[in-house]
Amino acid sequence: MIPETGHYALILALFVAIVQAIVPLVGAARDDRPWMEVGRTAAFAQFLLIAIAFGALTWSYVTSDFSVVNVAQNSHTDKPLLYKITGVWGNHEGSMLLWVLILAAYGLALALFGRNLPPALRARALAVQAMISVGFLAFILFTSDPFARLDPAPLNGNGLNPLLQDPGLAFHPPFLYLGYVGFSMAFSFAIAALIEGRVDAAWARWVRPWTLAAWCFLTLGIAMGSWWAYYTLGWGGWWYWDPTENASFMPWLAGTALLHSAIVVEKRDTLKAWTILLAIFAFSLSLLGTFIVRSGVVTSVHSFAADPARGVFILALLVLVIGGSLMLFALRSPSLKAGGLFTPLSREGSLLLNNVLMSTACGTVLLGTLYPLFADALGLGKISVGPPFFNAVFIPLMVPMVATMALGPMMSWKRGDLMGALVRLRIAFVLTLVVGIACWLLDGGSVQALKAAGGFALAAWLLIGSIVEWAERVKLFKAPLVESLNRARHLPRAAYGMTITHLALAVVIIGITGSAVWTSEKIQVMRPGETVTLSGFDLTLNGVEDGIKGPNYTASRASFTARKNGEVVAQMSPEKRLYTMPPRPTTDAAIHTNFINDLYVVVGDPDGKGGYVTRLYHNTLVPWIFIGAVLMVFGGLVSLSDRRHRIGAPTRKTKAA
Amino acid sequence: MRSYAFLPVVIFLVLAGFFGYRLLMIDKGDAPNFIPSAMIDKPAPDFDMPPLYDGKAGLKTADLQGKVTLINFFASWCVPCRAEHQLLSGLTGKGFVLAGVNYKDKPEDAKAWLDRLGNPYDLLVADRQGQTGIDFGVYGVPESYLIDKQGRIRFKQTGPFTPESIEKELMPRVAELNK
Repeated sequence: MIPETGHYALILALFVAIVQAIVPLVGAARDDRPWMEVGRTAAFAQFLLIAIAFGALTWSYVTSDFSVVNVAQNSHTDKPLLYKITGVWGNHEGSMLLWVLILAAYGLALALFGRNLPPALRARALAVQAMISVGFLAFILFTSDPFARLDPAPLNGNGLNPLLQDPGLAFHPPFLYLGYVGFSMAFSFAIAALIEGRVDAAWARWVRPWTLAAWCFLTLGIAMGSWWAYYTLGWGGWWYWDPTENASFMPWLAGTALLHSAIVVEKRDTLKAWTILLAIFAFSLSLLGTFIVRSGVVTSVHSFAADPARGVFILALLVLVIGGSLMLFALRSPSLKAGGLFTPLSREGSLLLNNVLMSTACGTVLLGTLYPLFADALGLGKISVGPPFFNAVFIPLMVPMVATMALGPMMSWKRGDLMGALVRLRIAFVLTLVVGIACWLLDGGSVQALKAAGGFALAAWLLIGSIVEWAERVKLFKAPLVESLNRARHLPRAAYGMTITHLALAVVIIGITGSAVWTSEKIQVMRPGETVTLSGFDLTLNGVEDGIKGPNYTASRASFTARKNGEVVAQMSPEKRLYTMPPRPTTDAAIHTNFINDLYVVVGDPDGKGGYVTRLYHNTLVPWIFIGAVLMVFGGLVSLSDRRHRIGAPTRKTKAA
Repeated sequence: MRSYAFLPVVIFLVLAGFFGYRLLMIDKGDAPNFIPSAMIDKPAPDFDMPPLYDGKAGLKTADLQGKVTLINFFASWCVPCRAEHQLLSGLTGKGFVLAGVNYKDKPEDAKAWLDRLGNPYDLLVADRQGQTGIDFGVYGVPESYLIDKQGRIRFKQTGPFTPESIEKELMPRVAELNK
């Protein structure tokens, strides 16, 4: 009965969404307040109904109701409760349900917190949200019904893919979706603005917090996915440029560009058409990512079951949503009036440069991800594009971007003084040179060492540049300390947000550079009692214990002792697990971190003669990548708490009666 | 200015065209991870494999003339082969010679395996060193090659057969070659 209730609620939600897509739009066109208000009521109802459906599916999982096909295929009574719950979105149907639930939650948030928005803009944005909702609800109901029944019900289920039975991956999809779907808000506002034909500072101020929230979630989601790949794939790497990873990275790049261009619209009333286009891009790339991962058009190591019938449906949805919105953009954007003029050497100019580089980077990731598809379709053979391509094109684009990141905030709006900014950054300039040369010399002074020197110098430039910018704002050492402290207290939180996220990127760059140039690894067969020396650590394999029983797996656990100069640093026990349902092996790396270096140990298969394959890594500065990502999210949250987002935009016009 | 504004939508539609084409190809059975074989429509390589059971007939290239043959590479150590095995028993007497090639295996292991699971093959030969496998371009077992009456390879199944692939891929081709 409960699954049917969920199914019924989902069908009702589709009808509510249809109403929400049409009535407020008509109301806004006719300037009819009651019709517009239908959007808010419908958003409440839609969220409630989808929440009931999601609750029903969760209930079926928790109670292991195997008469539901979806539960039978993805769950098992032996599974820990946590993974019964996360199993709800660990499959195609359930994850799409989570997708629409989050979409509806954003709609609800807009209805709740958008009270001070112009009613017509809010009505139109809610209608656009509902249109997306209609598409996805129809997709679920017609091609991926999560509530389909099975008769007779099996005694037990097939179990969840063991790779997903991990806290890192279990909570990765919700955050990723909060990010992906969060960009639908900027999208809906962009479409609403195109329909109205008006984009102004107030609009940008409405859009920015939603985008910022989505961006924070997405950053966290990507970082969690990367962290998961780092400790479970067992190869010591944290980013593989896999299509699935790229699918989440592209919206992030577009979203980051959007955050910055929205500032220009808010402060300077210009770059409007471009900002609208970015808002469309960010969400379109989120949809494209879903399509790429779900349809099987691109080969990926961790794709969901490919189903062409679903692929056709999503493609049709993409053409409607993306094609439709870009067409609307083509028709309406020329009517958007350009605002203030600026010279290339100004803050707008540097933000525009950031945008161009971010978009180019995003475009190259898209090209690299889809190139195998183009090549195949054009008869150029089956090929795959790997990390060498991405690294070769991505890094040269990021270097000028990071270089401008320190410079941009020092420039004034409209017409900046490049020489003045450079003079004020002279400390950063000198320190960057010192860091670069020191790194180069420390690393042996070879050509190879230039890579490390370049990376660290870039990070130093951004780090010190950001601090100098903050010091300038509070007049540190230029005014009495009391005045500086006073200024520091009154600096808007948005300014702190920027400083923190820029510093965070510097931390990430340090991590990436360190892991790229100083990581060392050893792969060998070890017998119990043997010791291998790696980067000054002596790693002894004490033994391997077989047949350790977990709730739904058996594991072989190796025991290692890591010593440095004879002193014990850590006891490490990597595992190799064989899950019972479905039978599948996984690796569980043991990581000992001192927050600068990771000692990373993986145990592999026995060689049949008493030895085991072991992979040992000494990963330099990898923890900084994850620390930097978390810091970046923190910076985003600080900026989100800025006063101007809390009180909302000033009303420029009198409210429509 | 106006015409620039149409650029994004045009680019997107081209992209959508590629996606549509790709989905169409998947529907026709050409998944992106499908590995094409360079051996399709080429004559089978030269080989002469001894029988698995002493005293029975071996198999050499010349034997392929005049009949349709399905050469199935398998091994007792291969798990997917076991899954495929039960499907193979339904393939005897379906208009082709089912030749099993025991690949990189110990003959006694293979015989024990066949004793346990049954022997669906019309003909059983051994490729102990895997030399013939290399000539055919075998990636891994199981792998099967359908050979026409002129001794040319016409179809390759990478990995185990499924009931679906037998029905949709194999049997129509067998019927075609027997015309």
